[in-house]
Amino acid sequence: MRLELGKIKITDVQFGESTKVENGTLFVNKQELIDMALQDERLKSVAIELARPGESIRITPVKDVIEPRVKVEGSGVMFPGMIGNKVKTVGSGRTHALVGATVITCGKIVGFQEGVIDMSGPIAKYCPFSETYNVCVVVTPQEGLGTHAYEAAAREAGLKIATAVGEAGRNVEPDEVVVYDTKPLLEQVNEYPGLPKIGYIHMLQSQGLLHDTYYYGVDAKQIVPTFMYPTEIMDGAITSGNCVAPCDKVTTFHHLNNPVIEDLYKRHGKDLNFIGVILTNENVFLADKERSSDMVGKFVEYLGLDGVLITEEGYGNPDTDLMMNCKKATDAGANVVLITDEFPGRDGKSQSLADAKTEADALVSCGNGNIILNFPPMDKVIGMLDYIESQIGGYEGSLKPDGSIEGELQLVIASTIANGYNKLTARTY
Amino acid sequence: MSKLKVVHYINNFFAGIGGEEKADIVPEIREGVVGPGMALNKALGDEAEVVATAICGDSYFGENLEEAQATLIEMIKQYEPDLFVAGPAFNAGRYGVACGIIAKAVEAELNIPVITGMYIENPGADMFKKDLHIIATNNSAADMRNAIPKVAKLGLKLAKGEEVGPPEEEGYHVRGIRVNYFHERRGTERAIDMLLKKINGEEFVTEYPMPVFDRVEPQPAIKDMSKVKVAIVTSGGIVPQGNPDRIESSSATKYGIYDISGMDSLTSDKFMTIHGGYDRAFVTENPNLVVPLDVMREMEKEGVIGELCNYFVTTTGTGTAVGNAKAFGEAFSKKLVADGVEAVILTST
Amino acid sequence: MVKEVERAGIPVVHVCTVTPISLTVGANRIVPAVGIPYPLGDPNLDVEGDKKLRRQLVEKALKALQTEVEEQTVFED
Repeated sequence: MRLELGKIKITDVQFGESTKVENGTLFVNKQELIDMALQDERLKSVAIELARPGESIRITPVKDVIEPRVKVEGSGVMFPGMIGNKVKTVGSGRTHALVGATVITCGKIVGFQEGVIDMSGPIAKYCPFSETYNVCVVVTPQEGLGTHAYEAAAREAGLKIATAVGEAGRNVEPDEVVVYDTKPLLEQVNEYPGLPKIGYIHMLQSQGLLHDTYYYGVDAKQIVPTFMYPTEIMDGAITSGNCVAPCDKVTTFHHLNNPVIEDLYKRHGKDLNFIGVILTNENVFLADKERSSDMVGKFVEYLGLDGVLITEEGYGNPDTDLMMNCKKATDAGANVVLITDEFPGRDGKSQSLADAKTEADALVSCGNGNIILNFPPMDKVIGMLDYIESQIGGYEGSLKPDGSIEGELQLVIASTIANGYNKLTARTY
Repeated sequence: MSKLKVVHYINNFFAGIGGEEKADIVPEIREGVVGPGMALNKALGDEAEVVATAICGDSYFGENLEEAQATLIEMIKQYEPDLFVAGPAFNAGRYGVACGIIAKAVEAELNIPVITGMYIENPGADMFKKDLHIIATNNSAADMRNAIPKVAKLGLKLAKGEEVGPPEEEGYHVRGIRVNYFHERRGTERAIDMLLKKINGEEFVTEYPMPVFDRVEPQPAIKDMSKVKVAIVTSGGIVPQGNPDRIESSSATKYGIYDISGMDSLTSDKFMTIHGGYDRAFVTENPNLVVPLDVMREMEKEGVIGELCNYFVTTTGTGTAVGNAKAFGEAFSKKLVADGVEAVILTST
Repeated sequence: MVKEVERAGIPVVHVCTVTPISLTVGANRIVPAVGIPYPLGDPNLDVEGDKKLRRQLVEKALKALQTEVEEQTVFED
């Protein structure tokens, strides 16, 4: 599969008469987007607000973040299986991305798993979306709407609006075009015979409400491990169901811009041969964990991989999936490096992981999510602060009368995301 | 700006009072510097000053722990110090342990920064490195010249509330505390480098060595369940509606004890789950799925168990630090023992 | 928490879904539960079936408490 990704650099966002991109500025027609979202009867009202880097704005409770993209050439549409009934295979042809822009869904909490984004101040450095031009979709559900239905409505509103905004890039000449190319297995293996064959074991969170991920529209808890071309993911084959704690939430943005895939391609043909992605889940039953990790091990052996990177989403019981995958991939003959984040308690003194295996001797840390931070007040809040103390990372007394927050880093969206996107890490003092 | 005030703690030997034969001297405090305090004072420079030196015999300290600590703290308190320095103790075992205990106590009681110094094999180093900054020294007092400037430098940083660097920079024993920092390169780039090194058989350094968990001897089996009082403990986040104690949904710092006397079942109008790590829909409907009160009550009536404890203990397991979970366990186990509980069923989600 | 209860002198059984974590962390008597969102029971069954399953699990837990163990033991069926 060969995908050309056209990157259109966005350097500002404004409201306008129509949704379009001009000289790096993204204009959005507010009413058009609101009307589109309100076609869903589960939503009572929708507001669109803009947030730019450096502004004194706090966005919360954030559910998902999506990069607007559009399929320009090749089969399928963005987010196959999620919008309408179109599920054609994606990942080849040409796609345009509005790089530097995002669509963010927020609104009253579904669970405790929604987070915070600060556009300026001392917390901004922890969050990748403090540096992007954000179109925020604030949703209010109909009264009495059940949590599962509300989650689905908010998720679909985000994907629909991101798709509509992405359309604005269809006829824009990209600032840069990057070509990603993975050949059918035997050809790919033969293309760089002298280089180590590397695979990526991609663990999807799949534990129920606010913990789900979708693969071509299929709830990931219902899949058995499978094999993918990496470019499929760049076209939205995987979308977030707004998983787990805010800090290690793999947003849809992070699926589209998966850093493992991005960086493996950068070295593809230079010092490694990137073979592809083994997709697996993190389920709630022990038998599922055993079965999925067995199949992951089987794939590693079948594909003859010399090395694999494994990323995790979430913490606690998924640490067991991580360790099972590590052991079984090692047993299948591959060298393994794990990428994860740490939860050693507020004093940093406890064990960072819930489970451990001796095979896990090579691990990259994306930081400690438990440290306590002070979030100064912001002039404007997009969404609401009402739930801060019950959102993960918040606690009794977190929210101060002046709107400042004392809370764990966990509160900040994607701050310790366990796929290596950020530079944050931890060391032992 | 006036100088920061430092109180220094040393033992009989370093105070020049005498060796083993004087190890039983009682606590005393003197104005100004004594013994190694002179070098410490010099190393502190213009910014701080040793205003007093507390002295105690190592044997006395070891044999009168509570008393020695209380007396010393009262003495130290009078000088209103900004920093407390103990030792360095080098490889002197009893002195090292005393330095650790008194430093930890001063930090807790007077709420000021503390620092000490020890050789790696000093038992005090292992006992207190997690709690304290302990400068790594050589194994004898001949190393005083090297050790004191490090103690002074880090002590000043602590007293001024400045950011403390990693152990290899500051010279203290690794404390086992995970601290964040921003690397030059993102995680995936480091991971790919690590993977290629591993494949090529080159040396690499993991960013987090696998954690070690301690073990405990199993208790003997219960002989006759029908005579035993059983308690239910859970990490499944079941709490009364409204979560009165505000237990966190994740990474809990609290646990709760809730009454179930007179109840035959945990009903959804009275109880809920606040656990942030799983889909709560099922347990919200039926909390007995986590705290099996309905069947336990039946078994109590049938005489299968002697008695069901009239409360359950609960917290949120997900992301909760082992340190917290251990402290919860220690605290509520005392209550369970006091209340005559002889068996526990602990449920997790 | 399990270990602290045991350390305090009270025999304890850990009923949990993810037994590997329990083994890593160091519980001695472990009984596998049904699943993370419903460890003791199964809401997909009818009310009686669910309760019966819960009773079986608790009975298994009590049996574990009445069994001598030398080392960490998972009480499978």
